Amino acid sequence: MTHFLPEGTVKIAAQNLGVFYGEKQALHAINLDIRAGEVTALIGPSGCGKSTFLRCINRMNDMVDGARVEGSLTLDGNDIYDRGIDVVQLRARVGMVFQKPNPFPKSIYDNVAYGPRIHGMAKDQTELDEIVMNSLEKAGLLGEVEDRLSESGTSLSGGQQQRLCIARAIAVSPEIILMDEPCSALDPIATAKVEELIDELRENFTIVIVTHSMQQAARVSQRTAFFHLGKVVEMGDTEQIFTNPQHTLTQGYITGRFG
Amino acid sequence: MTDMARTNTAARTAQSVSARLGRRYAAERTFRLLGLGALLISLGFLVILLSSIFAKGWTGFIQTQVALEITFDTQVIDPEGSRDPAALDTADYAALVRSALSLRLAPEADRGARRELTALISTGAANQLRHMLAAEPDLMGTTHTVWLTASDKLDMVIKGQVPRQVGAEGNTLSDRQLGWVSALETGGNIRKAFNTTFFTAGDSREPEQAGIWGAVVGSFFSLAVTLLVSFPLGVATAVYLEEFAPTNRWTNLIEVNINNLAAVPSVVFGLLGLAVFLNLFHMPRSAPLVGGLVLALICLPTIIIAGRAALKAVPPSIRQAAAGLGASRLQVVVHHVLPLSMPGMLTGTILGMARALGETAPLLMIGMVAFIVDIPKGPLDPAAVLPVQVYLWAGSSERAFVEKTSAAIIVLLLFLVAMNMVAIMLRKKFERRW
Repeated sequence: MTHFLPEGTVKIAAQNLGVFYGEKQALHAINLDIRAGEVTALIGPSGCGKSTFLRCINRMNDMVDGARVEGSLTLDGNDIYDRGIDVVQLRARVGMVFQKPNPFPKSIYDNVAYGPRIHGMAKDQTELDEIVMNSLEKAGLLGEVEDRLSESGTSLSGGQQQRLCIARAIAVSPEIILMDEPCSALDPIATAKVEELIDELRENFTIVIVTHSMQQAARVSQRTAFFHLGKVVEMGDTEQIFTNPQHTLTQGYITGRFG
Repeated sequence: MTDMARTNTAARTAQSVSARLGRRYAAERTFRLLGLGALLISLGFLVILLSSIFAKGWTGFIQTQVALEITFDTQVIDPEGSRDPAALDTADYAALVRSALSLRLAPEADRGARRELTALISTGAANQLRHMLAAEPDLMGTTHTVWLTASDKLDMVIKGQVPRQVGAEGNTLSDRQLGWVSALETGGNIRKAFNTTFFTAGDSREPEQAGIWGAVVGSFFSLAVTLLVSFPLGVATAVYLEEFAPTNRWTNLIEVNINNLAAVPSVVFGLLGLAVFLNLFHMPRSAPLVGGLVLALICLPTIIIAGRAALKAVPPSIRQAAAGLGASRLQVVVHHVLPLSMPGMLTGTILGMARALGETAPLLMIGMVAFIVDIPKGPLDPAAVLPVQVYLWAGSSERAFVEKTSAAIIVLLLFLVAMNMVAIMLRKKFERRW
């Protein structure tokens, strides 16, 4: 078990983080730092707990019956699971993009405007329009949907839907975006677009991405953490993990010998 | 395995397959025929039911009328010439009908003959004349041909529901009366017209004056109360149980009980209403308010179960998407889950309401079986409802109530079909694919 001291600013830090679903322990004493302005990839075989860790960061696990967290998980030094932290506020700071594109069955505009609306981020319609346009622009979708903003979000193609979901997440101006296998339901062309987008988003957001694709982790991330059986086996610069893994398990996984 | 052996095995397989093939297809054919038979039998019953109701009931929408030369005799109506509305209102209009009848059919009629004559025309005819005069005071002193509602006995003979034969079963007209009827017919003084009374009047002891409007209004008030009570309660319960309540022993118990309540005989709910609403809270008897509350209790389990199914059908990804953006639990439900499940909930509600519209037994328990002539003006007035009206008329002895009963059933069925159509349309309109 290694604990890496940060070189840049540490945005999220897990210390001895354990997660239980009822009796079953899903995460064992996780120690992990996620740095601001970087893309951190979480890799590992199915059921290793990487999605569970991701869902701890915006407390999505609260929605699961019987889920329990111990240890500490901090965002900018404040414990995410502290009683004083409001889940609604937390999720406004930590956005999420899901495995399957899940646009609301509303218009494209309303999809993006939903977050700003519930948080009262726009004073008037012009300001809201601006936020929506900006978010669509940043998500690289504006050109494709500019003239049909009132159409249903579900009428878009799979890749467009996923970028709409990203636009929806960044419309709230979060500090962190969590992505749970965002490309697993997309074809290679749509995947390439989303990966390109992730690289651009790094300028403004801290991104944590769960992926099953080694190539994707290597392409988009600066840092990579390898999870196995609910533990972090190895964490380091992506280049180092993929070229010179310290642990035999990591080596075995990235070379395709198991997983 | 040698080639020989392999060929043998293949041959044996082919043989055993073909040996059973015939039986397999036969079984399939039998199964299909059985299913088709069941379908045809139920269709047959439905056709028999509907055709018998329509065959019996359509004449209920038609009413025989008799044309008479009515003289609005000033001597009879207003002997003092005061033209006082109160005096005009209480005048003996039946006398006008009597004299017109005897003038037309039997000028030298004795007392007995006059009574038999009067029996041909509805006792409501006097009212008809009173309204005519009130609407047009200039009619006073003039003579006009007026189509008056025939009595139910004459109506039955004209419609051919009972044979034109003295002493025949169902016929109460005498030889003399039948002669008068023939005279009226040859003179073109009898016609069959659309029965507006049936759609505008309340209940009556006289079949030709009885209508279903009172029952329709009563049903409307009852269902309005039912909807107002059961829809918000049902939706709130479904949302709470599905979206907010923790899964534990208590919520499981509640769930089991709700499912059981849906199967409780409705008459039990009627007894509950009698005990609670009437005896404990002293609410008015026979009132649509109480009927509506009892029907709401009957509908609630249906609405809750349908509502929960509709909520379950909303994909969890939508909830996660909204929660991930920082929507509170209530916002997730109100902004996303509820609108998406509303069509399912509305369908369930309408089906529940359709059931409530057809309920009779629980309403008998709370006194909605009373004979009520007046059209109810509000949910606190005593009223009948459609199925209870059917029940009341079905128990009446007059021959003419048979067709009225079937006609009321037709109206009730039309309402039910309309409600189900609305439910189907809602489902089609809001159906969503993910």
